[in-house]
Amino acid sequence: MAKSGAVRKTDTVAPPLRGERALRAAELDRLIHERVRLGIVSALAVNDALTFNELKALLKTTDGNLSVHARKLEQAQYITCSKSFAGRIPKTEYRLTASGRRALERYLDHMEALIRATRQG
Amino acid sequence: MASPRPLHDRALDNLRYIRQTMERAGSFTAVPGWGQIAVGATALAAAWVAARQPTPELWLATWLGEAIVALAIGGWTMVRKAYAVDDPILSGPGRRFWLSFLTPMAVGGLLTVVLYRAGLWHALPGTWLLLYGTGFVTGGAFSVRVVPVMGLCFMIVGAVALLGPPAWGSWCLAAGFGGLHIAFGGIIARRYGG
Repeated sequence: MAKSGAVRKTDTVAPPLRGERALRAAELDRLIHERVRLGIVSALAVNDALTFNELKALLKTTDGNLSVHARKLEQAQYITCSKSFAGRIPKTEYRLTASGRRALERYLDHMEALIRATRQG
Repeated sequence: MASPRPLHDRALDNLRYIRQTMERAGSFTAVPGWGQIAVGATALAAAWVAARQPTPELWLATWLGEAIVALAIGGWTMVRKAYAVDDPILSGPGRRFWLSFLTPMAVGGLLTVVLYRAGLWHALPGTWLLLYGTGFVTGGAFSVRVVPVMGLCFMIVGAVALLGPPAWGSWCLAAGFGGLHIAFGGIIARRYGG
């Protein structure tokens, strides 16, 4: 039988969080916590698809930076990438997967729970 | 040494960043297709009435009346569509659409006064069509892809009206404000839900 008062481990944010200590690093999705990756996922959440150049202009980042972060999201299967040609110009297009959308929803829940917890604490 | 920012502040900052990114990435989808078809129909009627006016002043008054009617129809149908698709008109992409669209409209109003005073009646149709098209090209950057294409078509008709013989002016107004509104309104209504 578990000791009373023992910290219960959960994978998701539980409603009765208290104080800043309630935010455990393990609970936070580090993959989309990073700014550029959070931007990519947020932008794709309101568009069916965005091209590499559209994302680059939107997030005001460099080719290399965007490419590295997009690849990480792709490896985690949060986004998909399709390459094609528009005439002779190569076109890279990204889309958010169902898993990526769920990850963003979890992240939003986490941030909201954190704000609630710190207000109560 | 500066103390670290509280988690509460950082969480709020992250939520703000997500909201702003979504607003910038989203597009204004409340351009009303059916409203444009109605505006096109009234513009064709205005073109018919204006062509029968005996003086340039009455011709101008007819088109200014049509502008007011079009504004009322377009505004009403846009507000209805915006509510239906839950697309805010005065914030995010909607606000940027309006700021970009209304600037050329204001210039058009000013140039109408200047050209009227100078007696350059034949330059009015081309100027109106060019600036109306410019509004849709610039505002359309924050909307669905067909909107800037429509703007470009208005600009082409406007260029024809400005560079062609003065007698073409009324035909270009009918083709632009009438024909293009009806054609693109149909496309928008069919593809983008009203």
